[in-house]
Amino acid sequence: MRGVYMKNEPLLEVNGLKTYITLENKKQAKAVDGVDFVIHKGETTALVGESGSGKSMTSMSIMRLIPEPSGKIVEGSIKLEGKELLKLSEKQMEKVRGNEIGMIFQDPHSSLNPVFTIGMQIAEPLRKHKKMKKKEAYKKAVELLVMAGLPNADQIVKMYPHQLSGGMVQRVVIAIAMSCDPKLIIADEPTTALDVTIQSQILGLMTELKDQTNSAVLMITHDIGVVSEAADKVMVMYGGQIVEKASVKELFRNPKHPYTIGLLASVPRIEVEQERLESIQGTVPPSHAFPKGCRFAPRCKHAIEACTKTVPELIESSNDHEVRCILYRGEETRPCDNHEQRNTN
Amino acid sequence: MTIMNSETQTNSLTSSETKDKLVEVKNLKKYFPVKGGILKRTIGHVKAVEDVTLSIYQGETLGLVGESGSGKSTLGRLILKLLNPTEGRIIFNGKDITSYSQRKIRPYRKNMQMIYQDPYSSLNPRMSVGDLIEEPLILHDRLTKKERQNRVIELLGTVGLGEDTRFKYPHEFSGGQRQRIGIARALSPRPALVIGDEPVSLLDVSVQSQVLHLMSELQIKLNLTYLFISHDLSVVKHMCDRIAVMYLGRIAEMAPKHSLYKEPLHPYTKALIASVPGVDRKREKVKLERNMPSPSNPPSGCPFHTRCPESHNRCTIERPELKNMGNDHYVACHLYTEYDVQR
Ligand SMILES: Nc1ncnc2c1ncn2[C@@H]1O[C@H](COP(=O)(O)OP(=O)(O)OP(=O)(O)O)[C@@H](O)[C@H]1O
Ligand SMILES: Nc1ncnc2c1ncn2[C@@H]1O[C@H](COP(=O)(O)OP(=O)(O)OP(=O)(O)O)[C@@H](O)[C@H]1O
Ligand code: SF4
Ligand code: SF4
Ligand SMILES: [Mg+2]
Ligand SMILES: [Mg+2]
Repeated sequence: MRGVYMKNEPLLEVNGLKTYITLENKKQAKAVDGVDFVIHKGETTALVGESGSGKSMTSMSIMRLIPEPSGKIVEGSIKLEGKELLKLSEKQMEKVRGNEIGMIFQDPHSSLNPVFTIGMQIAEPLRKHKKMKKKEAYKKAVELLVMAGLPNADQIVKMYPHQLSGGMVQRVVIAIAMSCDPKLIIADEPTTALDVTIQSQILGLMTELKDQTNSAVLMITHDIGVVSEAADKVMVMYGGQIVEKASVKELFRNPKHPYTIGLLASVPRIEVEQERLESIQGTVPPSHAFPKGCRFAPRCKHAIEACTKTVPELIESSNDHEVRCILYRGEETRPCDNHEQRNTN
Repeated sequence: MTIMNSETQTNSLTSSETKDKLVEVKNLKKYFPVKGGILKRTIGHVKAVEDVTLSIYQGETLGLVGESGSGKSTLGRLILKLLNPTEGRIIFNGKDITSYSQRKIRPYRKNMQMIYQDPYSSLNPRMSVGDLIEEPLILHDRLTKKERQNRVIELLGTVGLGEDTRFKYPHEFSGGQRQRIGIARALSPRPALVIGDEPVSLLDVSVQSQVLHLMSELQIKLNLTYLFISHDLSVVKHMCDRIAVMYLGRIAEMAPKHSLYKEPLHPYTKALIASVPGVDRKREKVKLERNMPSPSNPPSGCPFHTRCPESHNRCTIERPELKNMGNDHYVACHLYTEYDVQR
């Protein structure tokens, strides 16, 4: 249920997370560069942001699946119910994956083995983590597939991944991630291949399961519609950092960061005729060559000289609403009162 | 019921008949065998594409929408001859290519490219991004090394990736970045036909609109023809001239964009459009009851009757044919009778 989560205890705490990748030319790509957030039990947090901004790298860091040796978590802490994941042995971490944290990967095929049937791939973790008998596990597998909206689940358990359509594979992976009742589900673009009807069925299913077990969901998506339908809170990522954090309602009503404002303006709408879709000019700087100050400065309409000097801090401006932009720096100094940006609310 | 409105009235009934057809698909079918039992015998068929007839006109964008599993990707792959049809014909640029061998089809490959739905497995991990984009050019075009390089750099720029991404490998990129590499690769040989299978599904809205702009610009500049497969009806609305709605391997409705969105005829299309959420996601829950039936055991009569709010007796017995309602608007539903062509 929405509204009650504030009282809930923290489930996942990420602090000062930095994940860097050493490129072939020895440059360092700062894929995740100082990320902090807390996810409470019972809530769904959406992570949105431009392609390449570090969303998947953040989730892979939580799962400790960063490609080594080029990639490395260089700093930070990730705690699940107070347990420091970065200190666990690989063996202990294996128990966390799939059992305590269920992950839906952006590349759905990466969590499926092409040579085993779908049924086997859902049943196996159930037998391992939940100690189910073979028959029971297969029965549960069929149930899960039906829940995920697949027609003919009893036929699909006998099929192989390559025999399924894009959206079917995505639903199989969702079924696997939810199978062991994890405490946290990380879903990286879980519904990109799905049409709206199935999408809302799946989102509803995830919410239902989350409420039943008081677990939590970290939902990575580029679909603003999904955010408003399924999430309680939202974090906006840009250039390896979180640039804005708020409740979903607050963010939609009152977006503050110039990137967020541009992002919301470029959503294509079916109900209006648009000759040209809005878009934010320019592209995200590559993560090995971020500008010195605010990472959005080269594309920002409101950039002033101070923006190019230092990276702005993420500061709380109001109502649990945090933003990383100097336009909203300390009320008392009022450095940019003449900026129309401030008065949009 | 009439589909006429002030805008479409001016079009003549046969407007598109006069345009050149780049692709013609006639009664196309694709059945995949379902194996079962210990002996792995064929115990049935997944009827992924079931009797599809349509044309794609030179220079247009045809949108293909429908629920997951309705046969969209399979149809795209059949047209490109990446799969052999069970039945039916494919005519490309006036030539019947249905029975062409892989060898004979090779000269056509340059002219037909695909942007794959899965940007992970469709890019060869051992090739650098530059080589991936250059490859279709080496196979087909008589360009010098320098010209090819320039084309690669230019394309990378237009899809919003830096010049130095050329030397990197696919695994070094995020999902959306890979999707853009796939787009650059498909567009590099300047093909006549591009089939985009959910080409922008992984892109956030701001990059999405940049890529869509790029695709439209190139279309005009190079007279490209697109088949645009997508489940996102708002994206399709912005990109396409005409839209075909697929259901259980068949075309349920096909019409120019404006008449389809303004006056959808088929109950399935109506449900699809009504279920597109607004910006605030306060969608009306026009529910599509139950899930899509299995394509290996489709319902008798109208394939949609198990979920149709307007289903009546006739629907469970007789399958509706795709009928021409005038103004290029086709629908397969018993609620409508054929537009009188003589008028
Ligand atoms: N294996 C790798 N080697 C080098 N760089 C990488 C690797 N994986 C990712 N990157 C880089 O790290 C940055 C962040 O990537 P990430 O996959 O987290 O993006 P994302 O926000 O998930 O984007 P998308 O929405 O496109 O999936 C990108 O700039 C990407 O190029
Ligand atoms: N190689 C195959 N073997 C067996 N069945 C297949 C094969 N390829 C596709 N199918 C089946 O054909 C049907 C249509 O698949 P297709 O990939 O064309 O759907 P789609 O409309 O593209 O769906 P999506 O939106 O989920 O990508 C599905 O039921 C699928 O399981
Ligand atoms: S800090 Fe400056 S450049 Fe960055 S978003 Fe704010 S105004 Fe724009
Ligand atoms: S033919 Fe009947 S069941 Fe099919 S769409 Fe029309 S009204 Fe519905
Ligand atoms: Mg990603
Ligand atoms: Mg598909």
